[in-house]
Amino acid sequence: MARPVLQVDNLTVEFPTRRGTLRAVDDISFRIDAGEVLGVVGESGAGKSMTGTAVIGLLEPPGRISGGRVQLEGARIDHLPHDQMRRLRGQRIGMIFQDPLTSLNPLYTIGFHLTETIRTHTDRGEAEARARAIELLTEVGIPAPAQRIDQYPHHFSGGMRQRVVIALALCAEPRLVIADEPTTALDVSIQAQIIQLLKRLCREHGTSVLLITHDMGVIAETADRVAVMYAGRIVEVGPVREVVQNAKHPYTEGLMDAIPKIGGRTEDLAQIRGTMPRLSQIPAGCAFHPRCPRAFDRCRQERPELLDAGASRAACWLHAGEPAGAGTGRGGGERG
Amino acid sequence: MAADRTTAPIHRPGLAGAIHRGLDSDVFHSFKQSKVTMLAGAVTALYFLAALLAPWIAPHDPYDLANISLMDSFLPPMWMDGGDARFPLGTDDQGRGILSTIIYGARASLLVGFAAVLLAAAIGVTLGLIAGYLGGTVDAVIMRVAEVQLSFPAILIALLIDGVARGVLGGDAEGNLAFAVIIVSIGLSFWVQYARTVRGSCLVEKHKEYVQAARVIGVHPGLIVVRHVLPNVLGPVLVIATISLALAIITEATLSFLGVGVPPTQPSLGTMIRVGNDFLFSGEWWITLFPGAALAVLVLAVNLLGDWLRDALNPKLR
Amino acid sequence: MIAFIVRRLLQSIVVMLVVALLAFSMFRYIGDPINQMVGVETSSEERAELRERLGLNDPMLVQFGRFAADAARFDFGVSYQHKKPVSELFADRLPATLELAFLSAVFALACGIPMGVYTALRRDAWLSKVFLTVSLIGISLPTFLIGILLIFVFSVWLGWLPSFGRGETVDLGVWTTGLLTVSGWKAALMPSITLGLFQMTLIMRLVRSEMLEVLRTDYIKFARARGLSDRAVHFGHALKNTLVPVITITGLQLGSIIAFAIITETVFQWPGMGLLFLQAIQNVDIPIMAAYLILIAFFFVLINLIVDLLYYAVDPRLRVDRATSAGH
Repeated sequence: MARPVLQVDNLTVEFPTRRGTLRAVDDISFRIDAGEVLGVVGESGAGKSMTGTAVIGLLEPPGRISGGRVQLEGARIDHLPHDQMRRLRGQRIGMIFQDPLTSLNPLYTIGFHLTETIRTHTDRGEAEARARAIELLTEVGIPAPAQRIDQYPHHFSGGMRQRVVIALALCAEPRLVIADEPTTALDVSIQAQIIQLLKRLCREHGTSVLLITHDMGVIAETADRVAVMYAGRIVEVGPVREVVQNAKHPYTEGLMDAIPKIGGRTEDLAQIRGTMPRLSQIPAGCAFHPRCPRAFDRCRQERPELLDAGASRAACWLHAGEPAGAGTGRGGGERG
Repeated sequence: MAADRTTAPIHRPGLAGAIHRGLDSDVFHSFKQSKVTMLAGAVTALYFLAALLAPWIAPHDPYDLANISLMDSFLPPMWMDGGDARFPLGTDDQGRGILSTIIYGARASLLVGFAAVLLAAAIGVTLGLIAGYLGGTVDAVIMRVAEVQLSFPAILIALLIDGVARGVLGGDAEGNLAFAVIIVSIGLSFWVQYARTVRGSCLVEKHKEYVQAARVIGVHPGLIVVRHVLPNVLGPVLVIATISLALAIITEATLSFLGVGVPPTQPSLGTMIRVGNDFLFSGEWWITLFPGAALAVLVLAVNLLGDWLRDALNPKLR
Repeated sequence: MIAFIVRRLLQSIVVMLVVALLAFSMFRYIGDPINQMVGVETSSEERAELRERLGLNDPMLVQFGRFAADAARFDFGVSYQHKKPVSELFADRLPATLELAFLSAVFALACGIPMGVYTALRRDAWLSKVFLTVSLIGISLPTFLIGILLIFVFSVWLGWLPSFGRGETVDLGVWTTGLLTVSGWKAALMPSITLGLFQMTLIMRLVRSEMLEVLRTDYIKFARARGLSDRAVHFGHALKNTLVPVITITGLQLGSIIAFAIITETVFQWPGMGLLFLQAIQNVDIPIMAAYLILIAFFFVLINLIVDLLYYAVDPRLRVDRATSAGH
């Protein structure tokens, strides 16, 4: 097996607060291969963004990685000294944030943003960096880049700004790009364009992508594999087709049922009962059991690890080697 | 009173709830957490007690002419040569005990400070609510005046008002009138911050559904403002009040120091410092430095409380 | 750009008119100007004649117009107390106050901004805690007390610096300066620090809180994610954005230095406008009070105008250039 671009093992992120330590990301493991797009979905607060921020080493104190390891192309990066980690950012891991309107410094021109980034990561001179910047703007589809390079962010629309942000994230040709909700803040009509652009550029440059979103549609369209997160843990991971069409975890099923389908009647849209628990109130056993229509005794007592379930893996006792058939019935009865 | 009866049942559960929440809140927690804040609270409480009980705890009443004697003037603190146990911190040029004058002076400082802050808050909150709720020309006029006033430092406004009052009342106002002039001068120079804050919150609340709903069902606008908007702005108003209490105390001391505040026949830390300043070079440093230290400690304690309150009510700033 | 300046100028003129109206009402309604000018033995006919000659019987609007026109030429009549033209009194004392204010402002900015940046970037360093503690004490100590303490230590105790006056001054024709002599600098040292300390504290705290705010923004996070060096992030991005709001408030603060000079000038017997104004208040010398009010207002308006222009220069969002904003 080829060496993965990113390998995350047992990553745990904690936030100490005065009411106890909160675990935002709880013992998760995943890998991304070269050129692969891994989608991470889940509700807000499930720990998706925190995972991305932890990988690139930008957790805001007091948040910290309290366990596990992160490897980039075989080398550990979770305990790198500040300065080495900084050099790695932008150079080998790029990041795209949710809101293109606030990602750019309003006091500087687009060109300044690009050239300062290019010059940080390469030894190009000012003029070369500028030429490269215009090239990048052309590549991300900014019309008349030679003129627009000297304009300020407020002269650009949201979609155009996100293109600039993508150019910035890709300007040192990183091996991995973390895209944190890259389309959420954009108009629906622009969303598809940006996703297409991201997909095309990454394919052309062989860049791997960690795509974080709550939008199952974006995942289905873009990702090769998908990881579903719930309350800080990965509850299901597998090839995107498999997860979308043949979900193994009741939570994933719920997510899929909640997506409107063309031709389907809106009354048939299922909802998942209740809301995701707060980090301070995660129930014992499987975190999803209070909302799960198929929970049984074991779910309330023991927390499931990721178990093989067909082509995917799911953290659900329904897929345990010896499913307690009687248990399911009893559990259903007790739920009342 | 009628207003009390109608509003009480609505507010009491809120108040009880607020107290309960208060004891478990981040605000209270951060108070217990910070030793400096607790110390500041204790010091402030001590000043309050001393101010309230001044006639009983001060060794003498230094402003009762029957009690003082020029024979006792310029006595150094009791631990120095020539000190007198009757005057632990020494005496001033009139033979008044410094410790007693400090206690009476702190009483005056707190009195003026509180009265001025209350006056400023009353004016500011009222004008802020009116401006925010009515909008239009009224709003524009009030806020323009506020803006112009805000661009001048409070001490200058207070000095001008004081000067005008002197002109109107004729020369040096005596006794209680002088206090009233100072309170009004300081009060009138501090209202702007309240008005701006309250107006801001008022504009935000005004467009919320529940206020709109109250208006639709025909609740009187004044009542809506008092019942719904006012409780929401109490937090920021409290913070401004605490911080401006410190400022008001400084302003009173400054006016008195400049010789346009409390007359020398009345107790005031600022006046004492001014009097003592003349004797700094002749070696009687205690006349100025003890009242100065007393003033600084009081203001520092109140400022610390204000800082803590602001941070606790606005966790984002921490 | 032109429209912006014109609008600002018009607003400034309105503010000046309002202040002039205030000064005029003070002048006209507090006490009787005639009583202040003549002795008790003056007959009522003479008073009436003087009243007529001074135009005090004219319609209010005419009187105000005359007052404003005179004020624009800085003619405020004769001081009740000094029996000299107000403009002459001010001309003597303006340089002293402006030099003091200038030195204090330089001190406040040169120390306040770096200290604010340092405390924001190194939040937990012991030096930051020292700065913050000192700043709290700086805010809590009234200006006059700081002055007295400095005098006590450096004049009474150590005997290093003079406790009053401007030292030797050099007359440059329209301007007398203390900045050309050693004794002038020695005399200016303590007053400038006294006056500037409070502003320095404010600027430091303001820079700190603005900087902390900016450091939390998305574009700073994105700048870090792009791998920029800490120096580029902190000084290239964060500091510049911090300075946008800081400019406004700092500008206003610098304006208030001139007014706060009243206190410092009293403590150090600095022969400036503040001391003159204070004496005027004690003696209800209305022409000086009115003139001072208008002069201070003028400085404020001027500083505000400069601040607006600076703001405009720093923040590109305020520059609406039609050529480019048409694009999307």
